[in-house]
Amino acid sequence: MSVVEVRGLTKEFGDMVAVDHVDLASREGEFLVLLGPSGCGKTTLLRMIAGLEEPTSGEIYIGGEKMNGLPPRIRKVAMVFQSYALYPHMTVARNIAFPLRAEGVDKAEQDKRVRWAAELLGIDRYLDRRPRQLSGGERQRVALARALVREPNVFLLDEPLSNLDAKLRAAARDDLLEFQRRVGITTIYVTHDQVEAMGMGDRIAVMRDGKIRQFGTPEEIYSDPADTFVATFIGSPPMNLLEGEHRVVGFRPENFKPIGEFTERDVPSTFRFHVNRSEYLGSDRFLYGVVEGYDENTKVIARVPVGSTIAEGATYEFGVAAADLCYFDPRTGKRLRGDA
Amino acid sequence: MAATTLEAQRRRAELKRVWGRVSLYVLAITAALLAAFPFLWSTITMFKQDQDLYNRDNNPFWFTLPPTLEHIRYLFENTAFLTFVRNTMVVGLAVVAITLLISLPAAYSLARLAGRWGERMGIAIFLVYLIPPTLLFLPMSRVVASLGLLESLWSLILVYPTITIPISVWLLMGFFKGIPRDIEEQAMVDGYTRAGAVMRTVLPLVFPGIVAVIVFSFTLSAHEFIYALSFISSTANKTISVGVPTALVRGDVFFWQSLQAAAVFVALPIAIVFNLFLDRFIAGFTMGAVKG
Amino acid sequence: MSDEALAAGVASRRPRRSLLDSERLLAVGGLTPAVVYIVALVGFPFVLAVLMAFSDVTVGDPSLDFVGLETLRQVLEDPVFWRALRNTLFFTVVSNALVVILATALALILTKDFKFKWLIRLLVLLPWTTPVSLATISWLWTLDTIFSPIDWVLRQLGLLEGNMIWLGQPRLALASVIIVHTWRIVPLAAVIVMAGMLAIPTEIRDASDIDGAGFWRRTFEIEIPLMAPIIGVAVLFGVILSVTDMTVVHVLTRGGPTNYTQVLASWAFYKGIEGGDLAQGAGTALFLLPVLVAVAALILRFARRTEVL
Ligand SMILES: Nc1ncnc2c1ncn2[C@@H]1O[C@H](COP(=O)(O)OP(=O)(O)OP(=O)(O)O)[C@@H](O)[C@H]1O
Ligand SMILES: [Mg+2]
Repeated sequence: MSVVEVRGLTKEFGDMVAVDHVDLASREGEFLVLLGPSGCGKTTLLRMIAGLEEPTSGEIYIGGEKMNGLPPRIRKVAMVFQSYALYPHMTVARNIAFPLRAEGVDKAEQDKRVRWAAELLGIDRYLDRRPRQLSGGERQRVALARALVREPNVFLLDEPLSNLDAKLRAAARDDLLEFQRRVGITTIYVTHDQVEAMGMGDRIAVMRDGKIRQFGTPEEIYSDPADTFVATFIGSPPMNLLEGEHRVVGFRPENFKPIGEFTERDVPSTFRFHVNRSEYLGSDRFLYGVVEGYDENTKVIARVPVGSTIAEGATYEFGVAAADLCYFDPRTGKRLRGDA
Repeated sequence: MAATTLEAQRRRAELKRVWGRVSLYVLAITAALLAAFPFLWSTITMFKQDQDLYNRDNNPFWFTLPPTLEHIRYLFENTAFLTFVRNTMVVGLAVVAITLLISLPAAYSLARLAGRWGERMGIAIFLVYLIPPTLLFLPMSRVVASLGLLESLWSLILVYPTITIPISVWLLMGFFKGIPRDIEEQAMVDGYTRAGAVMRTVLPLVFPGIVAVIVFSFTLSAHEFIYALSFISSTANKTISVGVPTALVRGDVFFWQSLQAAAVFVALPIAIVFNLFLDRFIAGFTMGAVKG
Repeated sequence: MSDEALAAGVASRRPRRSLLDSERLLAVGGLTPAVVYIVALVGFPFVLAVLMAFSDVTVGDPSLDFVGLETLRQVLEDPVFWRALRNTLFFTVVSNALVVILATALALILTKDFKFKWLIRLLVLLPWTTPVSLATISWLWTLDTIFSPIDWVLRQLGLLEGNMIWLGQPRLALASVIIVHTWRIVPLAAVIVMAGMLAIPTEIRDASDIDGAGFWRRTFEIEIPLMAPIIGVAVLFGVILSVTDMTVVHVLTRGGPTNYTQVLASWAFYKGIEGGDLAQGAGTALFLLPVLVAVAALILRFARRTEVL
């Protein structure tokens, strides 16, 4: 009973519309990722769900109950902040127990639940330390433990990994996912890192300028983008976009192959690809160039196996399978469907 | 059922919010009235006629007889009030200049260059602030006399920086520490000497600190009482804080309305300036205290 | 001196190493003016103050003749000195206890957003921005023996016949001095505490909201402990202001009635300047020092230990 749903949610700060009529519904126990560039309103959306910010309009439901106007305490949400926001003057144990004390749980029960949460996250050795005596990764676990200890209905995580270095981040990502699967609590996770989003999310909501541009599984978002923004924001390198007369054609670099690699049966669209530069990446090779007949400032990238014998400066016949082509409206950037 | 309890809680949360707002306003207004009470009364007093003022049964908060400007005119025309104001300005500005000139380099040196000595020296300089004028005014009178500065504004200009420098160094040190070294190092890499780099990159960044120091130093020197009382007895060289009470209290006779007028005319402009710079001033304290 | 050096550095802008790059030289150059100023105008008079306290110098006989502990003995023998010492401690402790509470409360109020905040802030700042002598004169009038508006209100409410005579009765006079001190120091202390308040990261406050802490729990378990060091700084300033001040007593009661509200600073002034006995004045003032040092040491230690941010 802990599905999160928002309807027509809007937040304005003066003239500035930070979140613009957002509709979004999670599933039970789902790991939902909010993805978008900096300043697109992710944090604001999360804070409204948490009850830290009152929406200008729109409704918030958690477990089917309308939550507008209720303080965070009653919404039973837990939130982990980007800085972790641990209380620096309290020990780890007191940090974790803080929500329980606020709830008026008795002392013995507090200790029991603190120990349970600490063990679950493997930080029971640090209970007597202060936050500043902990590493970034350990702090993150304390923050999670503090969020978990009240057994919330929903977890809200705002870029909890962005303060960690790259190596620690990968490990923490695994831990976090494993932990979420184990407790099975619906989680909304904010990030601006598309790799993180693709790797972690059951579903991803891609935001821009306060609006949700697309909401779907990582596969859907990757192979079936709703507009040119999503197409280029997801994937590295991004989707190639070629502006034609009536529509924009898009295709992923790995689907852009020499014509010889296609069998007789599929009929690829063909392009004359002039390769300017070839980049060796160990597992793959990226080819940078332009397509004849299109704007020569539009760079196109192909991702080919390392073994391919393609030379810089030459022009080749390349193709994309019809199923792998996306078409977009050149004015709105919206996907054009049904005329592939 | 769950819905009705949620509804009740929503109402309770809303009630709490309204309550919070109301008590915030009530408390804020109460605080303002308590703080400003003597001034509010002063403001009414300064317009009162004598017969109105000196009647125990008249409402002190309102006019029983029509208000008059007589006592304000007296303040400006029959006392040296404007001279006091001018003297205070002269002393205040000179003190601010000396304070900045001396404490900026000192604070920068302490924050950046002197390393672990910096911290000890910083504390030592702050401790100087603990040696108050009330401890020093007797020997200081002697020093001032032997320099031949008694009865001169120069005595105050010379002595007040002993109060303002320690506190300014302390405030500015916090600001300098808050500015990453990289910024000036970049300028040094770009070919400036360290001194040049500081002038170009660091000074503009500590501007809020400089404002805090200006406001604080000026206020301190306008407020100072005991040195001014000990060094200067001629009306022509008195500052506001000593001049006003001596000019308007003759033996047991208090010129109450004019005194109140003087208090209001002095307090209000300083308060307005202070209010304008309050946020910077607060920033100064955060830096000084958290980093220093 | 070093400012000329700074200016010269800008003008010449030599790319190679110059004298101005030398860290040690800059450090010494930057610190020297401040140190010289303080040694000359604080250090020297301070030594002189000590010398005076061990001499018999008066206005009539300005030569510094060393008399050992004789002057200090005379100072200590005077019962008024002990009253003044007791009053100094008492005023300081009571007014600063009030200052801590009121300034913290005021800081909590003034860091919130509300309409006409600038006006409220302006009014709240008045006690601090007015020169002490003028502010105290406003109080002198407010506490006037016959025309006090407080008395008038009490009379209107039927709580009082006649007058309170605020400054003429020992206990009321003490209370009046404490009230004026507190009133005067609270705004500055509040401004300092506000700085501490604004230094608390918003995420910490949000976290306490999420964790279900209400206003009281957040204030007492999160905000005040986090602000403890800066509240310490505020108290330090408050203590310095109240220990060393003679203006309030001088203007309000002149130490009266019959020396009942005398403090060390005012007693030193009356002895030294008005009584002309410079040695005894200096000797009296010297007793401010241990009080100040003790308080400063305590507070610096406290601030350091509770340093959390
Ligand atoms: N309290 C506020 N007052 C005014 N504007 C705000 C406020 N909070 C956020 N904004 C604005 O709303 C927009 C969305 O902010 P938000 O913090 O939600 O972005 P975000 O997607 O979380 O960005 P980031 O990835 O950088 O954290 C921004 O343009 C921001 O400047
Ligand atoms: Mg954000």
